[in-house]
Amino acid sequence: MTDAATPEPLLRVRGLTKHFPARGGRRRSGPVRAVDGLDFEVRAGETLGLVGESGCGKTTTGRLLVRLLEPTGGSIEFAGRDITHAGRRKLRPLRPDLQIIFQDPYASLNPRHTVGRIIAMPLQVNGITPAGGRKARVRELMELVGLNPEHYDRYPHEFSGGQRQRIGIARALAPGPRLVVADEPVSALDVSIQAQVVNLLRDLQRELGLAFVFIAHDLAVVRHFCQRVAVMYLGRIVEIGARDDIYERPRHPYTRALLSAVPEVTRSGPADRIRLTGDVPSALDPPSGCRFRTRCPKARDRCSVEEPALTRRDGADQAIACHYPEPEPGAVG
Amino acid sequence: MDPYLRVEDLRVSFNTTDGVVRAVDGLSFSVERGRTLGVVGESGSGKSVTSLAILGLHDPRRATVTGGITVGGRQLIGRPESEVRRLRGRDAAMIFQDPLSALHPYYPVGRQIAEAYRVHHRGAGRAETRRRVIELLDRVGIPQPGRRYDQYPHEFSGGMRQRVMIAMALVNDPDLLIADEPTTALDVTVQAQILELLADLQAESGTAIVLITHDLGVVSQVADEVLVMYAGRAVEQGTVEQVLLRPQHPYTWGLLSSVPSLRGDAEADLRPIPGNPPSLIDVPAGCAFHPRCRYAEHTAGRCGTELPELRAAGTAGHRVACHLRTEERARRYAEDVARVGVAR
Amino acid sequence: MSERAERQDRRLAGRSPGQLAWLRLRRDRTALVSGAVLTLFVLVACGASLIELAYGIDPRDQFQGKLDGSGMPLGYAGGISTEHFFGLEPGLGRDIFIRLVHGLRWSLVIALAAAVLTAVIGVVLGTLAGYLGGWLDAVVSWITDLTLAMPFLVVALALTPTVTLRFYGQRDAVPPAFGIAVLIAIFAVFGWTSTARLVRGQVIALREREFVEAARASGAGLGHMLFRQLLPNIWAPILVSFSLAVPQFITGEAALSFIGVGLGEEIPSFGRMIYQSLEYLQTDPAFVFFPGVTIFALVFAFNLFGDALRDALDPKSVR
Repeated sequence: MTDAATPEPLLRVRGLTKHFPARGGRRRSGPVRAVDGLDFEVRAGETLGLVGESGCGKTTTGRLLVRLLEPTGGSIEFAGRDITHAGRRKLRPLRPDLQIIFQDPYASLNPRHTVGRIIAMPLQVNGITPAGGRKARVRELMELVGLNPEHYDRYPHEFSGGQRQRIGIARALAPGPRLVVADEPVSALDVSIQAQVVNLLRDLQRELGLAFVFIAHDLAVVRHFCQRVAVMYLGRIVEIGARDDIYERPRHPYTRALLSAVPEVTRSGPADRIRLTGDVPSALDPPSGCRFRTRCPKARDRCSVEEPALTRRDGADQAIACHYPEPEPGAVG
Repeated sequence: MDPYLRVEDLRVSFNTTDGVVRAVDGLSFSVERGRTLGVVGESGSGKSVTSLAILGLHDPRRATVTGGITVGGRQLIGRPESEVRRLRGRDAAMIFQDPLSALHPYYPVGRQIAEAYRVHHRGAGRAETRRRVIELLDRVGIPQPGRRYDQYPHEFSGGMRQRVMIAMALVNDPDLLIADEPTTALDVTVQAQILELLADLQAESGTAIVLITHDLGVVSQVADEVLVMYAGRAVEQGTVEQVLLRPQHPYTWGLLSSVPSLRGDAEADLRPIPGNPPSLIDVPAGCAFHPRCRYAEHTAGRCGTELPELRAAGTAGHRVACHLRTEERARRYAEDVARVGVAR
Repeated sequence: MSERAERQDRRLAGRSPGQLAWLRLRRDRTALVSGAVLTLFVLVACGASLIELAYGIDPRDQFQGKLDGSGMPLGYAGGISTEHFFGLEPGLGRDIFIRLVHGLRWSLVIALAAAVLTAVIGVVLGTLAGYLGGWLDAVVSWITDLTLAMPFLVVALALTPTVTLRFYGQRDAVPPAFGIAVLIAIFAVFGWTSTARLVRGQVIALREREFVEAARASGAGLGHMLFRQLLPNIWAPILVSFSLAVPQFITGEAALSFIGVGLGEEIPSFGRMIYQSLEYLQTDPAFVFFPGVTIFALVFAFNLFGDALRDALDPKSVR
């Protein structure tokens, strides 16, 4: 499924960096290193999950991918074209291919527009008139995401959170994208509604063959949606690989800690929990060497001096940025 | 032993321009010292309204609160505000979801905790109060408590702020702690720390804890008993093992099977509950869950007309508000687990 | 769905936020009463010429025959009669009612024109500064602060005669239209800052909202962003600020005319009338009463209506 010999990836990210200038504060300080050198690829029709705790840069990454933010460094290549610093005009032909779904179902819809207008926005902005007209296309999309097309003329405030998220999904699908960045698309929803939306996204992904960059802090949701998963910590990817590798055979100590911290209904007590102390350090002043070392139960001297690079063993898909990774199951030692 | 907190037939309603919102509609439960009750529900289930009612925090001009709330043997509802305020903070304290909005941004955190202490300890001297607060900051796991005492809320990280909130709640050694989504705003690794801290503190002091959350995983980790709420009423009640491992109410089945898990088949679809939670202005007649319940057709129409009472079901102490007969419920649940994996 | 819910569903279906605000406004008694009063004032102002025709008296007509030897109107309460509804001015003997009708017209023309102008300037500068940010924002904010730092009265006192002299000689008759234009210009120059600040703040808050980002991510241009996404969300506060600016300019015009830098004698004005009437406060209180009550009612109704409008447009704001 994720063989290295497959053709050109749809999205190729190399050394992607975003630094925000630090504002205020008493001391003069360097920039906030929100995203600090990411490398990953997404193939057509593939779903990549970006997981991590707050401040790990996953949301910034999503904003960078759809070019809502200007990267500080590195490159983003989409469908074979370099869009790292592309202006509005240069991005224009690619916009319909690259869409985003937002977290907040309340803030992401213009309260003064009807549902029909909201969903038609990407078509209108890009001057796309589908066969049969925009209105017909919007009704079709509403049906596709499980909304009643009769509600075309209603306003967002008349819908529940789950329905609003469906509107946001329909809007993203309107121009027929090839890659959708979904930024925490279900975290603001009630438990019983979350599952509805996750299923919908999964059905759409399979039906339309969409590629997804799925950003979430909920590891269980990511597991149900993504084929590949990248775990982020303080602006860097610490581990990336196929879903089953990450969840069944995590090799980075952070991934292991993260997975064991998830409270599961079926698990009894916190006996097998890897306990991390402290909070995520500030991205203003990340620790030297390995950024995770301040909380890592396995940290040694080398970790504070030398930053581990994201490396993969020959032939393996899973890549880890750690000096002392967990041994691979089956490997000797 | 008599339960420390006893809530009986609590009803809370708000008058709005759109109509009367019955946020809590006849809720009864109790919590003993040293025990943790997890109150689980989705938004609009009335769980947060309940927590505010226990501490008498509803504005009487907006909310109508009836029923009984007994804390440490004293009835709260109908008492003057001054009496309730004395109880608040001393006998019962609260931890909120968002510590940043619960802390004053312009005062050092130590001073804010000290103030909470002095409200109930008029005679306490300055030095004694400071000592007490620093000791508490240390106890909730804040490093360098002496230095942290004089720092402002914005200088703390999210997890540390929640620890400050817990210290503030504990400063008067309350017998009852109400934690309203205390870890929802936190990361999982920090959530694990805070939940562990709460459990440790409870083991030391024997506090009764009401933990309000939407997260079934959190409940299963720290609670002794669980109360599942839907549209302002309890639909199921029992120990964690009873409710989460041998659920009896179709809504609890639905919740449990719609939560994605780290185990099991990742390729399989989740099984969501169809529809949306009801508006509290227009709660469906009969069982509020019946429009979303796939079993409603098996009770000869009773679900749509008759309000189900909480009745004993399964093992001792387990209670459920559902019209399905116990045997039939067990049979259908087993069948559906085997066939589709429940929910719907 | 229950029958009741279905009915409710149908009742509320397809209501835009604007329609909902209109519904709330119609339910508000203060809004209804102040709105009715304002409508009456506007109708009178619009129909000033018609009223003059029906009334049969020109605002410049002098009825010296109806004054006594010391120039005080004959009869009761400043000469109120069926011919002169509000009596006559002492001294010149002009009809107060028709002068008030004309004064109302010019007062509203000046205030509304100034309010429209300030709203346009404020909205344009505020949206651009808020949305584009950067140097444009810095410049606009700097000009705003500069304008706010200038004392309105002093500048108005100094500027009006200077500007007038620039165009007309010391002895030339200054046409009334010129005085009106100068007044409107002064109000516009000083009045746009509050709207600009308000709009800038609103736009900055909206700019970070995800629906705006969604449009940007789809490749929307500046025009779409401003006119389709942002402006529909800020017309409510703009409307409120507009309706609260009008009474400010009404009192402003009266005040400037009162101190003699506003309208001259050719055009009836509230400020001039009140200024002249103060001399007769003891001897002819009716002369003070009518212009005073009119301007009070006008400003009060505008302010009440503005507040009601705010409540209707933003139901979350609790008084």
